[in-house]
Amino acid sequence: MKDAFGLPQSLLVLGGTSEIALATARRLIARRTRTVWLAGRPSPALDGAAEELRALGAEVRTVAFDALDPASHEAVLGKVFAEGDIDLVLLAFGILGDQAHDEREPLNAVRVAQTNYTGAVSSGLVAARALQDQGHGSLVVLSSVAGERARRANFIYGSSKAGLDAFAQGLGDALLGTGVHVMVVRPGFVRSRMTAGRQEAPLATTPGAVAAAIELGLRRRSETVWVPGTLRVVMSAVRHLPRGVFRRLPL
Amino acid sequence: MSADTVSVTGWGRTAPTAARLVRPRTYEEAAAAVRACGARGGIPRGLGRAYGDAAQNAGGAVLDMTGLDRVHAVDAAGGTVLCDAGVSLHRLMEVLLPLGWFVPVTPGTRYVTVGGAIGADIHGKNHHVSGSFARHVLALELLTADGEVRTVLPGTPLFDATAGGMGLTGVILTATVRLQPVETSLMSVDTERARDLDDLLARLTATDHRYRYSVAWIDLLARGAATGRAVLTRGDHAPLDALPARRRARPLDFRTARLPAAPARFPEGLLTRTTVGLFNTVWYHKAPRAQTGRLRPIPAFFHPLDGVPHWNRVYGRGGFVQYQFVVGHGREEALRRIVRRIAEHRCPSFLAVLKRFGEGDAGWLSFPVPGWTLALDIPANLPGLGPLLDGLDEEVAAAGGRVYLAKDSRLRPELLAAMYPRLDEFRALRAELDPRGVFVSDLSRRLAL
Repeated sequence: MKDAFGLPQSLLVLGGTSEIALATARRLIARRTRTVWLAGRPSPALDGAAEELRALGAEVRTVAFDALDPASHEAVLGKVFAEGDIDLVLLAFGILGDQAHDEREPLNAVRVAQTNYTGAVSSGLVAARALQDQGHGSLVVLSSVAGERARRANFIYGSSKAGLDAFAQGLGDALLGTGVHVMVVRPGFVRSRMTAGRQEAPLATTPGAVAAAIELGLRRRSETVWVPGTLRVVMSAVRHLPRGVFRRLPL
Repeated sequence: MSADTVSVTGWGRTAPTAARLVRPRTYEEAAAAVRACGARGGIPRGLGRAYGDAAQNAGGAVLDMTGLDRVHAVDAAGGTVLCDAGVSLHRLMEVLLPLGWFVPVTPGTRYVTVGGAIGADIHGKNHHVSGSFARHVLALELLTADGEVRTVLPGTPLFDATAGGMGLTGVILTATVRLQPVETSLMSVDTERARDLDDLLARLTATDHRYRYSVAWIDLLARGAATGRAVLTRGDHAPLDALPARRRARPLDFRTARLPAAPARFPEGLLTRTTVGLFNTVWYHKAPRAQTGRLRPIPAFFHPLDGVPHWNRVYGRGGFVQYQFVVGHGREEALRRIVRRIAEHRCPSFLAVLKRFGEGDAGWLSFPVPGWTLALDIPANLPGLGPLLDGLDEEVAAAGGRVYLAKDSRLRPELLAAMYPRLDEFRALRAELDPRGVFVSDLSRRLAL
């Protein structure tokens, strides 16, 4: 069960090798979390992540999960929830793609969309129903500021996150009063493996900072969390810029 | 019998979960509700005054017992009452005071049910004299997981598991309670100030035995030399001859006044270190340095907060955490350290209460043990509160003390067995009595009770 500060005792990570998710898991294990499920494609990286969290004292299990295979989500997640209550589901999988390349190879672009959006719709709905049946739990969805307004440089990724963000907001509204809490997290540029070698955007943040913001959001039962918090104001301004001005910005 | 799915929290309003709320009106309906609980079980609930998650059951059933509220029989000569578990102490006072009887133990609110009082084995300001509530229970009827009703008597394992058992052994349907005789419905109250914690402990140690009721309000925002300064309030039921002539005609009147309820949406951020610090300073200096024999009505002495319905809303949407622990006599050093740590963390707490417990009772998970107990409430959104309280838990456990399950909403499960040495017996009895795990709550899931 969650405690009075919204901290979970059991955690399910969808996208078990995500750096943000692992930073969050480390943080939560230092508090109350004792059971962790890492769901992802079987790989040495997934096993390594599990090993690292075990060393912190948690009981960690891995489960084969593929965002691109929605037909399997029901069975895979059903097995996890059958083992016991899950207090927090962290939906953390996602790929950035390569905008220039993907524009020329539409099937690659589709793969970005299917992972980030379709895979989240399917696994998010399955997890939401399981949480609703147990009458409690949080679903934390890692969105991105990129979804707030799609820009020239990464509109394929951005549009997939926009879809995910809208889906998660609606899901949160649908689950109001069911004991289930949905929180949308919108980090800015996160220094991580995913963004290695890319030019940093202003207000860049780290997986650790995102993890800290997630813990605070759980305590406050927030619906939306921006990381860093100043992005809320910045993006509000950016969203309202006239298109002609926006497209000329060096973003 | 109606049932809706609703969001449920404890009095602290943290960690809401959804449950099917069932309201049995008869014992048969209660038995039917237990049999129909389903995979996620059920838990009885009274008036929802437990601060944490003891009367929540995510995804399962919560049995609202307040519909079973009949007072069956009062033995006005012998001083006992037989009543349903859903009867509140408030109702008992209305019925019993005109007959010259008072409840044996009352906490800081009258709005708890008899069932809840047994389930949490509550204590009051008279613990050092009278022990906790279950000590005064002569018999109870318990609806167990198999749908049967058992008569449970003191001195049996089932009784000791049920007293303080947080509703996890079954649903209490009725109880026979021994009462306290009184001549009047007024309290004769002595008030004095203690300038710091050491002064307070010395006064309580030296003179507590002279009073039936005793409690100290403590200013946890005072630091330095004033750390632990407090106002002691102690007294007893006033005898008839202590009343002024005009009150002697109707000495047992019991009247309660209630202010308008706190608004449903209370502005956040009013309870800050500044405002609470100011309140505490005024409250401390307003108290008389020494005053004896002041006559006070029962609600004013025992239940000042009951005058403001829904006072828990003043903590805003984020709710609050109540922390109550006990450490044994001879562990004053641990108590001093804890009070210092709370004062240094600057917890805006205006309801901090220190009390000296007497002998403990037989309940396996019953909270009181002889020693010092401190209770305080703190807004849940105070930064760093979780780690602070985890640190205090370590101190408490190391000193052989424990925290109160009726108020808990955040204890680390690993510490529970050290705090409650008879936990294994409790678990074993539950496993035998309720093998399918029908009775379950958010508390029992969180702490693996």
